[in-house]
Amino acid sequence: MVDVARRYPLGGSDAFAAPAAATRPRESMRRFLRRRSTIALLMCFPLIAIVVGLIIYPAFYSIYLSMLNKAQTRFIGLGNFEYLLRRDTFWMVVQQSAIFALTAVFFKALIGLVTAHLVNNLPSKGQRKWRGMLLVPWVIPLALSTLGWWWLFDPTHSAFNWLIKGFGGNDIPWLSNPYWARFSVILVNVWYGAPFFLIMYLAALKSVPEQLYEAAEIDGANAWQRFVHITLPMMLNIIAITVLFSLIVTFANFDIVQIMTAGGPRNMTHVFATYAFLLGIRSGDLPLGAAVSLFMFPILAISALFILRGVRKRGREIG
Amino acid sequence: MTAAIAKHPRLAVRASLKRNRRWALVTSYVFLILFAIFFLTPPYYMIVTSLKTDAEVAHLATNPWIIANGITFEQYRLLFQGTDFLIYFKNTIIVTLCVVAITMVVSVLAAFSLSRMRFWGSGVLATGIFLTYLIPDTLLFIPLFQIVRGLGLLNSYWSMVLVYPTLTVPFCTWIMIGYFQSIPKELDEAALIDGAGHMQMLLKIFIPVALPGIIAATIFAFTVSWAAFVYPIAFLFSADQQVLTVGTVTSLIKADVYKWGMLMAGALVAAAPPLIVYAFLMDYYIAGLTAGATKG
Repeated sequence: MVDVARRYPLGGSDAFAAPAAATRPRESMRRFLRRRSTIALLMCFPLIAIVVGLIIYPAFYSIYLSMLNKAQTRFIGLGNFEYLLRRDTFWMVVQQSAIFALTAVFFKALIGLVTAHLVNNLPSKGQRKWRGMLLVPWVIPLALSTLGWWWLFDPTHSAFNWLIKGFGGNDIPWLSNPYWARFSVILVNVWYGAPFFLIMYLAALKSVPEQLYEAAEIDGANAWQRFVHITLPMMLNIIAITVLFSLIVTFANFDIVQIMTAGGPRNMTHVFATYAFLLGIRSGDLPLGAAVSLFMFPILAISALFILRGVRKRGREIG
Repeated sequence: MTAAIAKHPRLAVRASLKRNRRWALVTSYVFLILFAIFFLTPPYYMIVTSLKTDAEVAHLATNPWIIANGITFEQYRLLFQGTDFLIYFKNTIIVTLCVVAITMVVSVLAAFSLSRMRFWGSGVLATGIFLTYLIPDTLLFIPLFQIVRGLGLLNSYWSMVLVYPTLTVPFCTWIMIGYFQSIPKELDEAALIDGAGHMQMLLKIFIPVALPGIIAATIFAFTVSWAAFVYPIAFLFSADQQVLTVGTVTSLIKADVYKWGMLMAGALVAAAPPLIVYAFLMDYYIAGLTAGATKG
């Protein structure tokens, strides 16, 4: 309470500095502030209810759930985790999740950076049109565009294979060969996610002062030198936050793999989310599924920690 | 004499800068066209497929990238008359409207409170909200399955109204905090002096001034609830309760024969509302999304 009062000093601005704010008004003001913080808490209550009831409680409940047996009748401690760690399939899921997330994020960041530069090079009148066009993949709901990709990869009717055959090549088994299937799911993820990087980087590029480039250009710096010595340092923070954020989202991705391969062939495209879905919902072993998805937690927590360092500022402004 | 010497090299530099810039522009266009082809190929192919007859779609010899036998809207007619597509559409609209309304009320109230009225733990709460945004739905869907089942809401689209706010509320609150904080404090001091209550202050000052933020947050809530996939595929299984994303991807596929023309028509119609919203309000949306990262 004292803290609150101190933040809103009555004499803080000239308007309040009137002598009237001496004794009695101060008391009523304090009561007012007390009421104010109550109102503030009430206004936050729906948010707190949603966050606690539907995010934090389920997250902890998931830990408890993962320690039960399939019928949820018996507490088996770390049995589910032990079981998973002994399965080759699970280790393949770990490996594929890492390959999927790291490769996809790398190419998304790269394509985002390149396209952001290209758009930024254009005269400002045309930028909006190009940006709108390049953002289309990101606006179509992922499940629906993945359906389109699936059709492009269709084993007998693949339109890509039609083109490849036209150039004298052989059919590519996009989704039936495990390694091509891994390539395909990553390709779709890159296609979907690159525009997000594009808008983030474009916004960041716009915030770099133009004079820096002009000065560098006069000094004879070439495009690459300007990029390395001006653009990169100025954008480093945003690049880091975007990459970490995308790492979380990509790591937890579900739609693409579930729709295109459902984890196959030979379980080689499964990621944590689809494997948890298969075991938890499809096979009805909720505790085991919960255990699988909990393995996502460490990597998410580490990424979140780093993101938080970048975003902390605003929290501090509020606190 | 000295002036002339000083002048000429500068002119030469200018000319070469100009040449460089034009060269850069041409390369930019070339590469942008290549990227645009990559980004637009799937939607283009979806449109082409949806306008073909089944016979042409199945025919292997014709060029799949063009419509050779004339445009037909047969697939769309079939979609609306022969399938449950319109039920999914209706369910999705109900769910999305409810979720957007809930999200906006909850996050605007909370953001107003967090950005202006401090209370014990408000700083921690603001950071905590951002953290919860980073918890993905694929981590929560299994415990939420159990909770939704416990509430008797399994296989009802009202369970979506219950769980989608976990996807939308944290980020919308975060956006709104940013917008509200950018409103000068003098404005609310003036309102307080004039005797406005908190609600009046919020409705008459904060919401109108932060309207771009409200629009951005609304679009975000709309697109996220429209596109959600994990929760409906896990919690809904009968056609009368299904939403568009899952309905199109799973239920439209009947028997062993994939009716690709109709599937693509369904996917396009289902994707149309977000595309339309975005075509008109893209700038607000992007401003809202990038503000979170660039302001921090």
